[in-house]
Amino acid sequence: MSALTLQHTSSTHDHHIHHHKETFVTKYIFSQDHKTIAKQFLITGIVWAVIGGLFSVLFRLQLGYPDQTFPWLEDILGKWAKGGRIQPEAYYALVTMHGTVLVFFVLTAGLSGTFSNFLIPLQIGARDMASPFLNMLSYWFFFTASVIMVSSLFVQTGPFSGGWTAYPPLSALGSASPGSKTGMDLWIISMALFVVSSLLGGLNYISTILNMRTKGMSMTRLPLTIWAFFFTAVLGVLSFPVLLSGFVLLIFDRGFGTSFYLSDIFINGVGALPNEGGSAILFQHLFWFLGHPEVYIILLPAMGMVSEVLSTNARKPIFGYMAMLGSLFAIAILSFLVWAHHMFVTGLNPFLGSFFVLLTLLIAVPSAIKVFNWLTTLWRGNIRFTPAMLCAIGFVSLFISGGLTGIFLGNSALDIHLHDTYFVIAHFHIVMGVASMFGMFAGIHHWFPKMFGRYLNNTLSYIHFWVTLIGAYLIFWPMHYEGLAGMPRRYYDYSNWESFKQFVGLNQFISSVVIIVFAAQLLFIFNFFYSIFKGRKLTTQNPWQSNTLEWTTPIKTGHGNWPGDIPEVHRWAYDYGKDGKDFIPQTVPVNPKEEKH
Amino acid sequence: MTGYLIIAAILLIFVVIFQIAKASEYVSVLKGEKKSQAQSNRINGFLMVAFLIIGLIGVYYCNNLLKDRILGESASVEGVGVDKLLYITIAITGCVFLVTQILLFWFAFKYQNSDKRKSFYYPHNNKLELLWTAVPAIVLTVLVVMGLRHWFRVTSDAPKDAMIVEVTGKQFGWIFRYPGKDGMLGKKYFRNIDPAFNSLGLIWDDKATQDDIVTEQTMYVVKNKPVKLIIGSRDVIHDVGLPHFRMKMDAVPGIPTTMWFTPKYTTEEMKKKTGNPNFQYEIACDQMCGNGHYSMKGVIMVVTQEEYNAWLAKQKPQYYAAFPDKDPSSSTQPKTDSTKVVAQL
Repeated sequence: MSALTLQHTSSTHDHHIHHHKETFVTKYIFSQDHKTIAKQFLITGIVWAVIGGLFSVLFRLQLGYPDQTFPWLEDILGKWAKGGRIQPEAYYALVTMHGTVLVFFVLTAGLSGTFSNFLIPLQIGARDMASPFLNMLSYWFFFTASVIMVSSLFVQTGPFSGGWTAYPPLSALGSASPGSKTGMDLWIISMALFVVSSLLGGLNYISTILNMRTKGMSMTRLPLTIWAFFFTAVLGVLSFPVLLSGFVLLIFDRGFGTSFYLSDIFINGVGALPNEGGSAILFQHLFWFLGHPEVYIILLPAMGMVSEVLSTNARKPIFGYMAMLGSLFAIAILSFLVWAHHMFVTGLNPFLGSFFVLLTLLIAVPSAIKVFNWLTTLWRGNIRFTPAMLCAIGFVSLFISGGLTGIFLGNSALDIHLHDTYFVIAHFHIVMGVASMFGMFAGIHHWFPKMFGRYLNNTLSYIHFWVTLIGAYLIFWPMHYEGLAGMPRRYYDYSNWESFKQFVGLNQFISSVVIIVFAAQLLFIFNFFYSIFKGRKLTTQNPWQSNTLEWTTPIKTGHGNWPGDIPEVHRWAYDYGKDGKDFIPQTVPVNPKEEKH
Repeated sequence: MTGYLIIAAILLIFVVIFQIAKASEYVSVLKGEKKSQAQSNRINGFLMVAFLIIGLIGVYYCNNLLKDRILGESASVEGVGVDKLLYITIAITGCVFLVTQILLFWFAFKYQNSDKRKSFYYPHNNKLELLWTAVPAIVLTVLVVMGLRHWFRVTSDAPKDAMIVEVTGKQFGWIFRYPGKDGMLGKKYFRNIDPAFNSLGLIWDDKATQDDIVTEQTMYVVKNKPVKLIIGSRDVIHDVGLPHFRMKMDAVPGIPTTMWFTPKYTTEEMKKKTGNPNFQYEIACDQMCGNGHYSMKGVIMVVTQEEYNAWLAKQKPQYYAAFPDKDPSSSTQPKTDSTKVVAQL
């Protein structure tokens, strides 16, 4: 293996020498440099995060203040907010788009796209991705998907409004919901292009990690970030095609009169449809076969980066590297075997359901291992609270809180009561939404100096972190109670319901916190863009005294990453505090007197 | 006007925060990186432990505030098991939550950077790792076993003496069908649906349909008598959500599903129990079904057997609405008048 990587190193090196001059277009727009592509993904992701966040603020206005009118809303949204009140069709479109945008465009493309691209070549010691061209295509497919998704917002019948899970028959029949007309056509096209983008990216990540590691970088010396990106890519490559096939069948049902998902349907005002013999549940199986691994596609990169940031800033090796790796692997495998836990109340065979209960709760074991290992990593460390470290600690806290409620939902007997209530919203927003966001914040803070050669403003970062962490708990913690009362998700208005009336005040409180937290995110975004141009300049190559390879590159890292030869690796990435030394970079040869870990 | 003022105020706050942030950056450059890092370490270390303590107080306060607003006692016999399992799970996860969060923020506070401390090189310990693999596995096994026992109980076949009601969802309401005197639901076919006289598409040639009673919005069931719901949908996927009974089941077009439960209290008893004179057992649609999803409400009236019999006696089979001339109670009218009756309906 080492001979093979050596050979590869020299060949990529040749490529670097032959590199021709760059114009503005090849350098910043159609760039094939993994670092630029990463920044493109990041900035597109941030734009999407603002849009998706704004959607949530708008629908929270309706939920928090259902009786009030906001005339300025009508100025902005026109007929969608007639009389200053968001209309039901607009509310459902906002909810649907919020989910789609945040799950796919921000936390999949924005997270994996950014950090897999940025860190894989830098941390394994490669000049670039295995196929820089495919990598560039991956971004541009994502960009095209984004443009189409945005354009669907301006369709006359409105964007798709049937929930981000797009269950047919609602998503298949334009006559059942106006959002399922042209809006849904654009939604599917956009999502199909998105799948292409993530497949191109994923294949590239896998082949780069397997083939292009520098000399000495054996698989067990890889930082946990790379392992996390690797499993993420494998999950994506295996599960996204299934989603695409589900969408293709949906396109057939919508446009070509097939009956894959449709049967026995009578629509008010239209009459009985010709379709017979299809199964609406089939789509749910295909969807969640991606949909559940998707949760881990979002979570694993955050876990990997958090492991790296915790270890670096606690000045201690990550505790139980092999156990961390094993638990990543276990989570990846199990994530394919639990999809039907989203379907406990669809009339699933109870015996089949019991397997999904068992396998779902089994995931809690590797998750527990990870949490305890992170805690032990902090124990007797020498912790520096850089903004990245704070976000990493925030991630662990949220991952614990949200992970524990998964034990409720994975248990089918409890899920019957809690399914599709606010308990679910609280659970997945904490564990995969906000936690992964914190993983992403940790990553941005930690690698910002490497990306742009400047620091973010620490004070702004600290304010942003504390407001967001406290706000996230204030928003989602009380939602557990609403869920225990059985309050259903995706309701435009609860005022006619005797069973859920008691939460009017609480909803108002939650909505006010949402607005404050959203404002804090604007602070972060301002910090981000301001610091790219005006931040404090980096004076040292390795600002966090980190062991990994990316910090051996020059401050201004050019195309090809290392000006000279790619460094050789002699040890794992976590020799912090060993033999009385604060840190020992991976490039330092092993001293024969060193103790073995 | 106030809108502009608010925007101006927000902008002002932003500018102030930004200026403070910039100033503090200059100060930190002047003070030297090491000193300013030590200072922000102390502040954030303190905030960590403050967050922990205030957070735990907040959790307690939130629980005190909201615990009476979540549903009280289960209104179905089967739901009691759900509640029991729920409380056990809350107790177990609550302990884990407390221990792990306290450790996390306490470690963060206790082991914050100090020149005196050297971090402890501790890459792994197989015994410890085995311990926290085995303990969660055992606890989860207990939860799985308890959960599955209950799961199989509620998903098993309904008792033989259960009354049967068919529930059909449509955009945006519920249709209920009772089997009538023969105790059998007749056949139906969706192409026969006629919104005015045959909302379910019943096949009239089937003798069993002719005494089926069809109602909308309010379903009557009997206290202490198991009721089996046969659930379907006319258009998109809906969901029969019964929070008070701790029950829920999707309504899927083309694929009937079932669920059964035994109501413990009548609606009247619940009004007294909850102290709410407007109390209703509500059927909430729990599956996104279109723009009217939030208004798709049904009501379950739990009554005593006598009240139920009295209500049932007043119901007419749907068949007579479709064919008024076959209605024995209107048999005095000549057959030629049937068209007129239809028009009046």
